[in-house]
Amino acid sequence: MSDLMEMTALEMRAAMECGEVTSRQLVGASFDRIAALDERVHAFISLRHDDALAEAEAIDSRRAAGESAAKLGPLAGIPIAIKDNLCTRDGLATTCGSKMLENFRAPYDAHVVQKLRAAGAIIVGKCNLDEFAMGSSTENSGFGPTRNPWNLECVPGGSSGGSAACVASRMVPMAVGSDTGGSIRQPGSLCGVIGMKPTYGRVSRYGLIAFASSLDQIGPFTRTVDDAALLLGVLSGPDSRDSTCLDHPVPDYLAGLEQVDFKNLRIGVPGEFFGQGLDAEVEKAVRRAIKIYEDAGATLVEVDLPHSAYAVETYYIVATAECSSNLARYDGVHYGHRSTAEAGMIDMYEHSRAEGFGDEVKRRVMLGTHVLSSGYYDAYYLTALKVRQKIKQDFDQAFAKVDCIMGPTSPSPAFLFGARTDDPLSMYLSDIYTISANLATIPGISVPCGHTESGLPIGLQIMSDVFTEDRLLGIARLIQESRQDYRRRPPILESN
Amino acid sequence: MSQLTVKTIVGIEVHVQLKTRTKLFCGCRTSFGDAPNTNTCPVCLGLPGVLPVMNREAYRLSVMTAMALKCKPARHTKWDRKHYYYPDLPKNYQISQYDQPLGEHGFLEIETSQGRRKIRVLRVHLEEDAGKLLHAEGGGNYSEVDLNRTGTPLLEIVSEPDMTSVEEARAYCTTLRQLVTYLGVSEANMQMGQMRFEPNINLHISRDGEIFKTPIVELKNLNSFRSVERAVAYEERRQLAAWQESGITLSQGGKTTRGWNDTSGETYVQREKEEAHDYRYFPEPDLVVVEPEESWLAEIERNLPELPLEKKDRFINSYGLSEYDAGVLTSTAEMAHYYEAVVTATNRPKPAANWITQALTREINARGIEINRLEDFPLSAERLAELVLAVDGGTISKNAGDTVLSEMIESGKSAQAIIDEKGLAQVSDSSALEGIVDEAIAANPGPVADYKAGKKQAIGRIMGAVMKASGGKANPRLVTEILERKLAE
Repeated sequence: MSDLMEMTALEMRAAMECGEVTSRQLVGASFDRIAALDERVHAFISLRHDDALAEAEAIDSRRAAGESAAKLGPLAGIPIAIKDNLCTRDGLATTCGSKMLENFRAPYDAHVVQKLRAAGAIIVGKCNLDEFAMGSSTENSGFGPTRNPWNLECVPGGSSGGSAACVASRMVPMAVGSDTGGSIRQPGSLCGVIGMKPTYGRVSRYGLIAFASSLDQIGPFTRTVDDAALLLGVLSGPDSRDSTCLDHPVPDYLAGLEQVDFKNLRIGVPGEFFGQGLDAEVEKAVRRAIKIYEDAGATLVEVDLPHSAYAVETYYIVATAECSSNLARYDGVHYGHRSTAEAGMIDMYEHSRAEGFGDEVKRRVMLGTHVLSSGYYDAYYLTALKVRQKIKQDFDQAFAKVDCIMGPTSPSPAFLFGARTDDPLSMYLSDIYTISANLATIPGISVPCGHTESGLPIGLQIMSDVFTEDRLLGIARLIQESRQDYRRRPPILESN
Repeated sequence: MSQLTVKTIVGIEVHVQLKTRTKLFCGCRTSFGDAPNTNTCPVCLGLPGVLPVMNREAYRLSVMTAMALKCKPARHTKWDRKHYYYPDLPKNYQISQYDQPLGEHGFLEIETSQGRRKIRVLRVHLEEDAGKLLHAEGGGNYSEVDLNRTGTPLLEIVSEPDMTSVEEARAYCTTLRQLVTYLGVSEANMQMGQMRFEPNINLHISRDGEIFKTPIVELKNLNSFRSVERAVAYEERRQLAAWQESGITLSQGGKTTRGWNDTSGETYVQREKEEAHDYRYFPEPDLVVVEPEESWLAEIERNLPELPLEKKDRFINSYGLSEYDAGVLTSTAEMAHYYEAVVTATNRPKPAANWITQALTREINARGIEINRLEDFPLSAERLAELVLAVDGGTISKNAGDTVLSEMIESGKSAQAIIDEKGLAQVSDSSALEGIVDEAIAANPGPVADYKAGKKQAIGRIMGAVMKASGGKANPRLVTEILERKLAE
């Protein structure tokens, strides 16, 4: 194969195992691709060129010395990127896309970073994101936006826009992101890659810089479902440092991919997901995708998610409340940006936060502070918790009747820069279909299901009950195998 | 001028630092006096991305305390975040328990000159401590932050406003300290700030059948019984004078926070009502709810030690001790344990009590020994038991016993060895004593006549002569017996 980076992670692994290619070559190709494209795409905030190459060489020599594949680890030698809200102690800053943490160097590795390193993965760099993962376009990054590889005038989605874009443009075969209200699935959809949010509690959040603790979950970006299964298997499992991470058995996701019996599959298609505001081309592609499942023998079942109408409101109360609390620590006292304005303690707090945070973060901190205030707590936060329970019950009832729920990931394909920045509400509606899964703690995946006439990717979202990621991946794989969208290359690669 | 009656109303919040090896939400050590910021990790430093994990031992010690305070331990509880900005609180929120404390509705029984009284306990909850700010000396415009203490487990115990005097306020604090040390849940070292008191106080003043309530004052961070006593007494005077001057009552004045200046002996305003914080409590999403198993709770209850007052009552009833002696001997768990070891070895509860509360206590005080552990006693219970038996059995006199005690502590030798060495054994041989008594009677005709004439106290002079003649070794009980018999002849 002439373009090494066209390989999926599993193909890279196989090629390394039979000696066709070395990790050094793959990681080198990854950096070549980044060098060629990232000036335009800006998927990365930081790169670890020398360290990554040294690690790749170490893997190669261990392999050459006869070390078994099992000992080398399931991701041995494979280049990977991680969202820059995951702490690493490798000397790179962990910025979270914020000027506040521009120079913050974490003294520890996030749990998933430890897992990746133990699995032999080579982390090439850290990806751009909306500041503190708040946003749906990466336009809120403190270090400039990421561009969509399918159309550089368009956003890649967000908040994990960098992670999605680097996988779409074949800079790496896989990347790690985080999803609080759609931050993996929506950019996955807009960039034409697989983006998966696992069940809340499937992956340890230790070392993930918190946005909204009860909603945040780490998950994979890949070009194929198979690679997603591979990566999810590495990320998943209990961690004594995260009390909310559950000790639920981790199945062999790869082995489970072909276990789905489509003839007995029941698919819920909620009317709520095809209402006003849905782009016609997106609707057409999603319905066409669902038809593929019907053709394979699956039964469509009508399900109601009546409370999903309140999902956006509920989400923006719960998420902002938690964010206002989680971000209280960025005060300039112990680390992060400290204002140089000479003043007293209170002024130092105020100036440091005013200078360090961008507008969207400030907006959410203020919203969250308000909804937790004495006199407003019951009306906002407590009510939101009750509605969240109702939304969860809707899904519980639905999953008594169906195996999964399908619909669009995003109401529209990638939009132009600036199109929604002046209207926060229209930006918030970008996540209208993805937010419910976070509120209900269930897993969801976005899988490519076609392109618009102008060539922008469209994603099908599939959700299933808690801890059924194995079946979810198997279901998603049918559309991949029948459409092969993942083979379509973004135009930026041809202009290269 | 009409008659005023003033009733003091006091409720107290107490913070007790629990005796755990590690902090409440991370694995850092809870030791003190180490170099600043050495007992810290990403979690207690509140770095980005970290998560708390509950220390089960801290929760167990808390439940134990709640049970000893007769609270109903919660079957379901959770954690909440309490928000406020301060540099010693790195997350700018404290993890605490807001509306579901781990224990509620108990009481602590206290003893004062007025007898015993139950002070109701409203709630018991667990929370993390903050760090320490060290302000620059000599007017530097900076402060240094030490986060070693950040995250150490604090148990907050909140009483109902049931105390009505300075004496009761003090008794509540001392009794609570005694309780937590009995339970072994805290070192409760006051100098190290391991126990801090925050009394809430106001007055109910009645005049001509009308009751005036003064504004409530919360006194922050008192760290000695003496300061509790002085500060509450000061507030009684200040609030009465303030009311007499301004007439401002609770409904107008609300609640104020005041600090205590130990040097000037005065309280001072820290925060007025208008500045009250909105802590924006909400459930901590990084921790799961706590739902202890019944069997786990039952095991804690089963292993609760005998509590101070229960022990005191048992000492009075089983050993026939006085209120006072029983109180002294149960003042600490160590003291009580020591006493019972001596009783077990001697089967002489009262003499054992006397030896410990009098001579031994004198020796301990004279030597400035602090009793925190059994090993701190300068003399083992077995050694003291030997002495108790020697005196009680008449082998040596009480006075000789005092000498032996002192010598035992100094030299570490056994009582018998010292008695032998110093020849302290009493003469209890009546045939030998009869002769000496006869001589004394013959040599003291005056006192003998007085005695016979009915002045019974004259016997003391004859006793003195006998003791002198015997070199102080005559058994006084025996001598008295012989003397009385002979004088009656």
